[in-house]
Amino acid sequence: MQVQKTKHIEALTTNYAMAYAVKAVDVDVIAVYPITPQTTIVEKISEFVANGELNAELIHVESEHSALSAVVGAAATGARVFTATSSQGLELMHEVLHIAAGMRLPIVMAVPSRALSAPISIHGDYSDLMNARDTGWVIYIAASAQEAYDTVIQAFRLAESVSLPVMVSYDGFLMSHTVEPVELNDEEEVRKFLPRALRPYTLNPKRPVTMGPLASPDWYYEFKYQQVLALKEAYKVAKEVDSEYGRRFGRSYGVVETYRMEDADYAIVAYGGASYGNARAAADLARERGIAAGVVRVRLYRPFPTADVLKALDSVKAFAVVDRAIMFGSPAEGPLYKDIAAAMYMHGIDKPALGVIHGIGQRTIYVEDMYKIYTMLRENPRKEVVFMGVRV
Amino acid sequence: MTLPTATELPIGAVVTEPGSTRRNITAGWRALRPVIHDDRCVRCQLCWMYCPEGTIVELKGVFKVGNRTYDTKYEINYDYCKGCGICANECPTKAIEMVPE
Ligand code: SF4
Ligand code: SF4
Repeated sequence: MQVQKTKHIEALTTNYAMAYAVKAVDVDVIAVYPITPQTTIVEKISEFVANGELNAELIHVESEHSALSAVVGAAATGARVFTATSSQGLELMHEVLHIAAGMRLPIVMAVPSRALSAPISIHGDYSDLMNARDTGWVIYIAASAQEAYDTVIQAFRLAESVSLPVMVSYDGFLMSHTVEPVELNDEEEVRKFLPRALRPYTLNPKRPVTMGPLASPDWYYEFKYQQVLALKEAYKVAKEVDSEYGRRFGRSYGVVETYRMEDADYAIVAYGGASYGNARAAADLARERGIAAGVVRVRLYRPFPTADVLKALDSVKAFAVVDRAIMFGSPAEGPLYKDIAAAMYMHGIDKPALGVIHGIGQRTIYVEDMYKIYTMLRENPRKEVVFMGVRV
Repeated sequence: MTLPTATELPIGAVVTEPGSTRRNITAGWRALRPVIHDDRCVRCQLCWMYCPEGTIVELKGVFKVGNRTYDTKYEINYDYCKGCGICANECPTKAIEMVPE
């Protein structure tokens, strides 16, 4: 007789879901410095360590620069490591982001996204993450607590497969501090999904190696090109990891998620929980009012899933890209907009594409705003960047 | 000489052979060569300690210099000395002279 497995569902914020994932993954070393809205991830992890539920070294450091440096060192010895940060913390880590990627260390970091100073804002937008987007890290942006939990587990598998560090980002506050039901995996099963493979090079006195050396002009470029290849590989492996995770645990997301896109004429492309949720509600509303609307969500942001994004937008008449970050002085201020515009240009695709900057410093995005985007696409399809929800 | 390609190199610029940097002779960096005048050297060991490249060698033995006998002697390994002059600057007896190459 087949025993019916009971599901283990907890009511968790996305931050707590991250901590549960870290426990399931059996991380060895965690180094952190507190910053809103990330702090409760590590509070929960501290509790697990203090209770003996997670056998890990938790290092309290004096800054985010040190937090990432400490996990770089620990990862170099072959330990499985985790850290988390937001906003100014991610900015302070910036130097070490490049080092972690260049040294090809499989670090996983949670980034509940938050606006940048000045003026000071503790609230959410993706300015922090978008400043780190081209540092050689793999970047996922989750849209629910469940997905964030699942993505951390996938992230370790991907990181250790392609030797790259991975960020798992999501909306600061709107997700980090919002309680949702989260189905937790059997921890034994998670560990089977993440076998501890011997890494080719670790710091080990029995087999001495040098890590992080100087590379002269005759050598440097080759190592940077290795990173280019690794990110291309990560695109493929991320899909494989997601499929295998789906087979084992019953949940998978793809690298790009679509909603009602089968016959859509107009699409909103977005990332993160609030934008995706509101865009879906707006697509439903638009369809009730006779507009064939759909939503495309970019879940894997680096490496950029060009083929999947272009495929998703293949048959639309026009689309809009909602960005929650401003690239000041750029030809188009939305970072995702720029990526899609470049991808389309390189593939000879010419479509009306509206860039929409919204949700800056957690300015509320209403479903009606998203609905208005669909009407703008239908009434006046064009290429332009608009700033929505700001008093001008 | 053809250098290895990106896919032939260990990932992350890891140097897998301990001590392999010894093959990298850095003498060519030097514009000035430190020369130790042994008769002025009082064996204080400061140059040996300060040399950032570890290229000053401390020899053990019996060394007669004039009417004095020492059990150590300092020599410079010119394969790796980069000519920075720190040794000459630190030497309290001005026993090290920087000579143009
Ligand atoms: S010149 Fe510089 S590198 Fe050369 S022996 Fe003196 S201190 Fe060392
Ligand atoms: S610093 Fe000068 S005196 Fe001292 S050991 Fe070196 S050469 Fe001799």
